[in-house]
Amino acid sequence: MPYLEIARLEKSFGANRVVTDFNLGVEQGEFISLLGPSGCGKTTVLRMVAGFERPSSGAIRIGSEDVVGKRPNQRNIGMVFQAYALFPNLTVAENVGFGLKIKGARRDEITARVAEMLALIGLPDLGARYPFQLSGGQQQRVALARALAPKPRVLLLDEPLSALDAKVRVSLRNEIRAIQRDLGITTIFVTHDQEEALSISDRIVVMNAGIADQVGTPFEIYNRPTTRFVANFVGQLNLFKADDAGRIGGVAVGQGDFAARPEAVHLGREAESDIVLPATVEEVHFLGSVIRVTAAAAGARIALDTFNRPDMPPPAVGSAVELSLSSRDLIPLK
Amino acid sequence: MSLYARLTGWIVLLFGLGYFFIPLLGLTEFSLKARRGVYSLDAYAKIIGDTEFQATFSYSVVMALVTIAFGILIVVPTAFWVRLKMPWARPYVEFLTLLPLVIPAIVIVFGYIRLYNTSSWLPLTGTVTGTNLLLAFGYTVLALPYMYRAVDTGLRTIDVATLTEAAQSLGAGWATILTRVILPNVLPAVLSGAFLTFAIVIGEFTLAALLDRPAFGPYLQRIGANKPYEPFALSVIAFAITWACMGLIQLVTRFSKHMKAES
Repeated sequence: MPYLEIARLEKSFGANRVVTDFNLGVEQGEFISLLGPSGCGKTTVLRMVAGFERPSSGAIRIGSEDVVGKRPNQRNIGMVFQAYALFPNLTVAENVGFGLKIKGARRDEITARVAEMLALIGLPDLGARYPFQLSGGQQQRVALARALAPKPRVLLLDEPLSALDAKVRVSLRNEIRAIQRDLGITTIFVTHDQEEALSISDRIVVMNAGIADQVGTPFEIYNRPTTRFVANFVGQLNLFKADDAGRIGGVAVGQGDFAARPEAVHLGREAESDIVLPATVEEVHFLGSVIRVTAAAAGARIALDTFNRPDMPPPAVGSAVELSLSSRDLIPLK
Repeated sequence: MSLYARLTGWIVLLFGLGYFFIPLLGLTEFSLKARRGVYSLDAYAKIIGDTEFQATFSYSVVMALVTIAFGILIVVPTAFWVRLKMPWARPYVEFLTLLPLVIPAIVIVFGYIRLYNTSSWLPLTGTVTGTNLLLAFGYTVLALPYMYRAVDTGLRTIDVATLTEAAQSLGAGWATILTRVILPNVLPAVLSGAFLTFAIVIGEFTLAALLDRPAFGPYLQRIGANKPYEPFALSVIAFAITWACMGLIQLVTRFSKHMKAES
């Protein structure tokens, strides 16, 4: 039985239904990401787990205890917010120790735990500072330490990296993942950034219009998307339409629409590729180690990625080329 | 800027300063003339040595403190709750808190006397404590527009909803959230509301006179009607108290160390 279980969860605001039949089991110590565009209901699910929203129906169980009727302050769930939400009137150490103080921990216990947490987030010397004296990344790390200090059963992260600049975002997400692994804490992470979700999650829940479209490992989500929405939302995609006979480039693939990732399409003929399409190069973007080529083929624009090779300059715009791909790499779209 | 514009600016400024300060200077000068021929602080000494002054002033200070406590107890949770859970109610609450500015104190006090007289269901005017309480309630109503506005402005500078949720997720209940998270973060605003309340209560006449309480306002009026120099000394003292309150508002705002991020 999963540690955190969400069953048939629904939420409506008036006539507007924002979460529909949401089911999820999270194992102890697992890192789950809720991924989706804004307004897809991912934050609402998180807020229902935290207790800030009451579900219209459904159950949320933590360690087989139903928490739906419990107030947020009775759930022992740690939460990190996009806007940091550090208490401006308290120092870093007081912020981190806040939850323990509420629990009535002894002063020496609090001091020890605060020191431990500040060491964990790599800011052991900043305990006496006020939040306004810290950078955004530091504030968010303090917020993480504050959420973890009272040893919560579950950690919820609500787009914690969105307010930070790109470089800090990457380093902090790795740090969050390392700390999460270290403590083995069950974590739900909400994000609209697919790269973030793919890079740090054990599993991803892709949400669309209040429904969990697909649940799977990053590898599954990326390589075997089961719906058109997931295929489109996660990673870049080339769309192929089979002809009336169910063929693409003369190879029988079956009826319907198919997709292929840019890295599955090759410039020129590859030994393992059975589909070959004549194409005209429209754009070439040299990105360093990777060259992204956009070409017109079979009435569609196809993007493909190829590794840079010093002995092979990229094709010229307007030149005629052949694109090849394996029919095994085609993703059928529902 | 042309010389003409600059000159006009200065003239307007000097006129404004003169308009405010010349009467004050006259007042102060006259208050120092109690002894014939020389300037002296006789009037001040007489006032400060007057037991009635001491009694009424202490009474008003205590009433001001009680009023401030009532104000904080009523306004902070209300403004917090309206911001957090009932943002739609804000215009209505604002309108309600503005009413004391348009309803004269005399109307309020007659209403009180009618509602709470000795033959009513709640005879507050029947006892000294009851009347004192009634006076404090009246003062709280008079100070409401200033207190509410100050606190609401303070709440605007912090993210009330997220801070509340952060505190809740750390196990805090409503009382803890209000006293340890919200109040400390709006303290400069609460204090500026408190000083305004203090200034209002110290000088208030109507409520105290009609409820027949020994407050500073009625004393001020009595002295003004019967003595030559003392009322002017008293006015200068009253001004000093008000200005001290304003100065304290400034000081508190400047020295709240964690608020620097907002400025």
